[in-house]
Amino acid sequence: MANKLISEVPLPKSIANVFAARNISTAKEALSLTEFELMELLDVGLTEVRSALSQISEIVAPTYQTALSLMEERFQNEHFRGHFPTGLKGLDAALCGGIPFGVLTELVGPAGIGKTQLCLKLSLLASLPTNYGGLDGRVIYIDVESKFSSRRLLEIGLRSFPEIFQMKAMAQEMAGRILVLRPTSLSEFTQSLEQIKVSLLQNQVKMLVIDSMAALVSGEHEQGICRQQTLSWHISFIKSLAEFSRIPVVVTNQVRSHNHDDASRYSFQVQRRDGTMEIPIRYDSHLIAALGIHWAHAVTTRLVLEAKSGQRFIKVAKSPISPPLAFPFHITSSGISLLSDDGMELMGPEINAIHCQGHNEISNFGREGLQ
Amino acid sequence: MEIWRLPISASQRGKLISAGYTSLSSLSSLSPSDLARELKVSEAEAMGILKAASHSRGAETSNASCSILDGAQSAWDMLHDEESLIHITTSSADLDNILGGGIHCKEVTEIGGVPGIGKTQLGMQIAVNVQIPHDFGGLSGKAIYIDTEGSFMVERAFQIAEACIEDMSEYNRFLRKDFQECKINMKPEDILENIFYFRICSYTEQIALINYLDKFISEHKDVKVVVVDSVTFHFRQDFDDMALRTRVLSGMALKLMNLAKKFSLAVVLLNQATIKHTEGSFQLALALGDSWSHTCTNRIVLYWNGNERYAYIDKSPSLRSASAAYSVTARGIRNSSSSCKRIKMM
Repeated sequence: MANKLISEVPLPKSIANVFAARNISTAKEALSLTEFELMELLDVGLTEVRSALSQISEIVAPTYQTALSLMEERFQNEHFRGHFPTGLKGLDAALCGGIPFGVLTELVGPAGIGKTQLCLKLSLLASLPTNYGGLDGRVIYIDVESKFSSRRLLEIGLRSFPEIFQMKAMAQEMAGRILVLRPTSLSEFTQSLEQIKVSLLQNQVKMLVIDSMAALVSGEHEQGICRQQTLSWHISFIKSLAEFSRIPVVVTNQVRSHNHDDASRYSFQVQRRDGTMEIPIRYDSHLIAALGIHWAHAVTTRLVLEAKSGQRFIKVAKSPISPPLAFPFHITSSGISLLSDDGMELMGPEINAIHCQGHNEISNFGREGLQ
Repeated sequence: MEIWRLPISASQRGKLISAGYTSLSSLSSLSPSDLARELKVSEAEAMGILKAASHSRGAETSNASCSILDGAQSAWDMLHDEESLIHITTSSADLDNILGGGIHCKEVTEIGGVPGIGKTQLGMQIAVNVQIPHDFGGLSGKAIYIDTEGSFMVERAFQIAEACIEDMSEYNRFLRKDFQECKINMKPEDILENIFYFRICSYTEQIALINYLDKFISEHKDVKVVVVDSVTFHFRQDFDDMALRTRVLSGMALKLMNLAKKFSLAVVLLNQATIKHTEGSFQLALALGDSWSHTCTNRIVLYWNGNERYAYIDKSPSLRSASAAYSVTARGIRNSSSSCKRIKMM
């Protein structure tokens, strides 16, 4: 819509010619200028500029939908009413059915906590037929750190859905639907994304997993603000990809330690010197999500995976529908399972905090259990 | 040089000046055919120039006391307008209190904060609350929700609508004092039907839509609020030319202000927080830069204070700087439940 050509807009001949003569060929170029700038450039009066702009705007502006028709459309046309069930009952209930279609869902947590395990389980689920709770389609898995293990994937499949995976032909069919890409640089990743966008619909891709987003930038030797700008095109692109294809997109993110450069207050908070000021609470390993605040705004749902006092939790830190709940989980041979479907509600910004206590003991134990 | 202020094209202006017409009064006694002959332009064009000139002079004034300056309104008349200002409740009485009753109509309010603080939740609550019927102190209006990020979730809007209707039934019950379950004839689906949802995918579409809103709202006169969620997203990338971004943003803000005044509706712009380096340290601030922070009439910052969500009036022509706690519940935005909540005046 934005790249609409002026020649395609039904404007009066005289003004259309003037636009062409001044080399303004797309709607984007015309709309980026103010009314007075256009008057100067085109040498026409205000009323003509206004009427031309309003005609161009009317064509370029998207049409509306009432919220009711949006809801009906989603409920009728989409599997599971627009939410992909993860199989973790408590989490699905909190998220109003599961991982939402059309937007980004982020999994963030320290290394070894279980992000990739959850991604493997979700990929497997998505490939299954709909009567098994799947999306009956292909999954594109972008594996940046080479953590994808097909052996582990099949183990999860065998333990969770033995009736399908015991038959070699079926196992091959399901595993064959998961396409793994291994970009070695940011530019390769960019190319893959563009390729994916083109072929998404005809290849029946029903889910996209990017594991992990942070690893793509950490190899690029840039710090802080520059890192955010590097990714801003990708953020926009992935969001629009998710949007127009209406598929769930799961992205994993790493953690880093909190440093002095991280801001947590506004200028008006700093000026007030009374008891209501927040004292930053320090945990024994004070971690925050990588990729910055711009990324945090761009994801719609953020699931934090952490370890506290030796127990792992999956927390819904940001969600348009769910309250801030934390569910204890553990990693089993059949993937991830919740120890309790009743989440604990956490107050305040603690839902966003990422703990890593007693984690190392757990991960070693877990690995032995999986052999 | 009054001729410079006329909304006519550069070449017409040039012709006027070279023909010796440098002030508006010099044009007042001319007829279109005389002017056409002098400037060597068509009579229709001359008519256009004269019309622009007389419009600037403001031949007609509605208020006799304003014949001194055209288009001006006396402060006394404005006081009457301000007192009859309508508000949209946020469903949190504390928040409404510091806002002077709620989100003001005829004004642009910017609301910003960090991710997860509740901006979209507040936006959805306002889109529902504008529809509260007159009998319950509301505007009986419709809402336009412009979604630039895909944050709008219909199921959540349904939940908020449902809770709003339940609250109204509850209120009705107390009002009637007969302690019976009082059913309102509104269903959540009706509320959803009155939210006009637009999905924007680029800044060009954003500008085009805001240009188009004038025509749209003329055709749907009961729209009383326009929520843009968020105004920032498409302007944080794609722009290498920051000066262009500032010009485009201020043009957009101006159009929104005109819409607010012309149709007496409220405009709510949701903004994101970013990290700014000031005074030797990094602090949180709202995105889009310093020049943008001047353009909106009212600015509210949502932030965390301890375990509570707070709203702070950062900028307002008529309200005191104050902050109040609020919470996001399953029913929507409500008062904070903590027992030691208080409104902090600056």
